Amino acid sequence: MSLKALLPNTLLLLGTLLSGAALAQEGSHADPDTLVVQPHGAAAGHEVAEHTSSAHTPEKFNAGKLIMEHIGDAHSWHLWGHTSLPLPVILWTDKGVEFFSSGKLMDEHHRPVAYQGAHYTYLLEHEKIHAVHVDGTVNEAAQVTDLSLTKNAVTLIAACALLLVVFVGMARGYAQRSISAPKGLAKFLEPIILFVRDDIAKSAIGEKHYQRFLPYLLTLFFFIWSLNLIGLIPIFPFGANVTGNIVTPLVLATITFLIVTFVANKHYWRHIFAMPGIPVPVLVILTPIEIMGHFIRPIVLMVRLFANIMAGHIVLLVFFCLIFIFSKNGESLIGGYATSPFALAFTIFINCLELLVGALQAYVFTLLTSIYIGTAVAGGHDDHHH
Amino acid sequence: MELVTPPIGLLFWMCLSFGIVVWLLAKYAWKPILGSVSQRERSIEEALNEAKKMREDMARMSAGNEELMRHAREEREVMLKEARDIRDQEIAGAKTKAKAEAEALLGRAREDIRNEKNAAITEMKNQVAELSVTVAEIILREKLGSEAAQHALVDKVMKDADLRKS
Repeated sequence: MSLKALLPNTLLLLGTLLSGAALAQEGSHADPDTLVVQPHGAAAGHEVAEHTSSAHTPEKFNAGKLIMEHIGDAHSWHLWGHTSLPLPVILWTDKGVEFFSSGKLMDEHHRPVAYQGAHYTYLLEHEKIHAVHVDGTVNEAAQVTDLSLTKNAVTLIAACALLLVVFVGMARGYAQRSISAPKGLAKFLEPIILFVRDDIAKSAIGEKHYQRFLPYLLTLFFFIWSLNLIGLIPIFPFGANVTGNIVTPLVLATITFLIVTFVANKHYWRHIFAMPGIPVPVLVILTPIEIMGHFIRPIVLMVRLFANIMAGHIVLLVFFCLIFIFSKNGESLIGGYATSPFALAFTIFINCLELLVGALQAYVFTLLTSIYIGTAVAGGHDDHHH
Repeated sequence: MELVTPPIGLLFWMCLSFGIVVWLLAKYAWKPILGSVSQRERSIEEALNEAKKMREDMARMSAGNEELMRHAREEREVMLKEARDIRDQEIAGAKTKAKAEAEALLGRAREDIRNEKNAAITEMKNQVAELSVTVAEIILREKLGSEAAQHALVDKVMKDADLRKS
């Protein structure tokens, strides 16, 4: 293994340690006196009051809440302590488009405040933007679609840009060097591309059809893999849990489903609706199962990626939170210090494991997509499955 | 439940950005990359085939060379053998000739020697005879200088003659 390949690993470990520092700040800061009821009416007031009531009693460290916040999406990018990077909010309302910074939806202490936009007044509540009346109640009449560039959306776009820069640059290098051996980053990426081509696409779809799907499969593989890795680096500008968010696997699995449905040939449909060589009474049972299978397979594909990546993030954070649980929110320094080495060791271990899982899930998703496509385009003669 | 409810905004951005990235990568990255990779593979295969062909050619050529060398060696052997034979014949011929010549020479020499010897013997005989005559003359002159000596001689001769007769 070359030094280059070790580099991301080292960065990850370093990142884990640094995020530990950031989290420690966050965990230990529990200022009970900063939250004040805002004069924004009942709903906002209710929301803030909830905060206040929990804040006035010495705030208990809530690992569950922290973890859910970390694996979820956010309208602003939390950096450390009370510092966060505001992200653009884009709202598609029935009266027109709204565009403003998410910093407008909170005050300097991260408490939600109502913002008077051009068309409605908005309030960010549990990472959901509602249009509210002046008195704070939710404006049911307003139709607001939230198209904000959230943390995940920004990471998504950045990852896409990264993929474009890397691979278009790589392609340019190939154009320059013609057929000579790859250099630099291409030297590392070309074996992976060849792996996707030969061991995933060619072997699962078959020599005859694989070339049609190869560009999509390559994009799919590198998209999932890069986002998995980005999600594992815990410091800004990384760490957004994009592949562990339901949207990414949902869209990818839907695309797989659509491809399979549209490219499937008559052999595939015949196997689903009237499996050859099966007596009719059995077909009555088998055909519904096969039809269900056509839909269940992409769903399983989606759940696998989603659950794996999300669970990885949760386990990582759980081990990390052990420090704060054992230190009893700063009361027991000994507990915190005693737990830290173990918690850190486990976090690092899980992070390494997740590094593997990240690549593995990208591989599994691409491979299963290829296999589904393979069964859909396989001809009656070279069909190995029956 | 919130975890598995897809937010519309992210869904929108996901579809948009993923769609764009698939399209752009397919057009500007995968096509050229895969194209040049397969081109390289083809060229490597071609080069390998060419190398194989060349190796075979070389093997064939070296086999031909071997054959040629073998032929040359055989030819050389034959030539050497011939040369040896010729040399042996020459030597043998020369030897016979030399021997015959030597014989002839020797014969001639012997003849010469015999002739010379005969001539020498004849000459010697002549000289001895002459000398004997001279000596006899001298001795006779000496011995038969006196009457007595002449008588003695006659006596003696007579005696010898008698002896010879008896």
